[in-house]
Amino acid sequence: MSGNIYIYIACMAVTTYLVRILPLTLIRKQIQNRFIRSFLYYVPYVTLAVMTFPAILDATQEPLAAVLALIVAILLAYFEKSLFLVCVCACATVFVTEWLIHMTA
Amino acid sequence: MTHRQYFIKGAKDGIPIFLGYFAVALTLGITAKNAGITPFQAMLTSLTNNTSAGEFIGFTLIAEGGSYLEMIVMEFVANARYLLMSCALSQKMDTKTPVWQRLLMGHGVTDEIFGLSISVPGKLDPFYTYGAIAVAVPGWTGGTFFGVILGNVLPVSVVSALSVGLFGMFIAAFIPPAKKDRVVAGTVAAAFALSFLVNRWSVFSGMSSGLKTILLTVVISAAAALLFPRKEEEADVG
Repeated sequence: MSGNIYIYIACMAVTTYLVRILPLTLIRKQIQNRFIRSFLYYVPYVTLAVMTFPAILDATQEPLAAVLALIVAILLAYFEKSLFLVCVCACATVFVTEWLIHMTA
Repeated sequence: MTHRQYFIKGAKDGIPIFLGYFAVALTLGITAKNAGITPFQAMLTSLTNNTSAGEFIGFTLIAEGGSYLEMIVMEFVANARYLLMSCALSQKMDTKTPVWQRLLMGHGVTDEIFGLSISVPGKLDPFYTYGAIAVAVPGWTGGTFFGVILGNVLPVSVVSALSVGLFGMFIAAFIPPAKKDRVVAGTVAAAFALSFLVNRWSVFSGMSSGLKTILLTVVISAAAALLFPRKEEEADVG
């Protein structure tokens, strides 16, 4: 850590809040520019996908457990299971896989 | 319906979100703990930011010792989707809704609370969103707090398992839209492939993870918007 933690938190909070309220308070009409509309539409999915992979592989003790959790989460999300179920099953997959690996090692 | 009835309805609909937030925030708290952040600081971050991806990337940047400017740019990119949701909500509200109400409900623009608010039939009464915020945000804030504390107590196997919870939340957000829209599916696949390449290829090893995320997001989204601009009738979000 190189800066002041509270300044970091303030930077995060102010930026996030402005992103949330500026359109809500300023823009009362639809954005017309097709490129900007399309760009904004794709951004959330791309950011979340970029942040998920390959970072998930480094999150667990065993990369294999992370790969299996990734597959389980994608399958459950594909069948539109709830956020809660997707998260719990991903965690359980890691727990069981690592337990099995360490049992047999 | 009165404001009071709307508030109660929002609070009831917020209960599943409370549970999901609490569980996911536990895993966020573990990320915060690994970044050297105290339970109070993590709780303060969750209360004032109220965003999974933004806080995750923020804690990562703090751990890496990123600059304040990098933090601001990264938060903007990580939360750019809220711009779109905020635009959508501005169309959903009565034009007479005063600015202070807009400022207050703006804090509740998250994937889940937005999802509830935008699905209300007819115009949105902000009190419905306040009800959902009142129930969901304590789950998020409390979960983060306990995540940092429990991160010190729980065995390594449990911490390892909980660490993927946040990724589960991300996956639950981008897979259903990818199923419905082939272009979104293509951008997600491209994001996985390019992100893997950029993170594993030594040419990019000097670049911080935040900067990699910004560049990949802008390049892939801009390419998708140029190659596959959306038609007007596809304006729905989320």
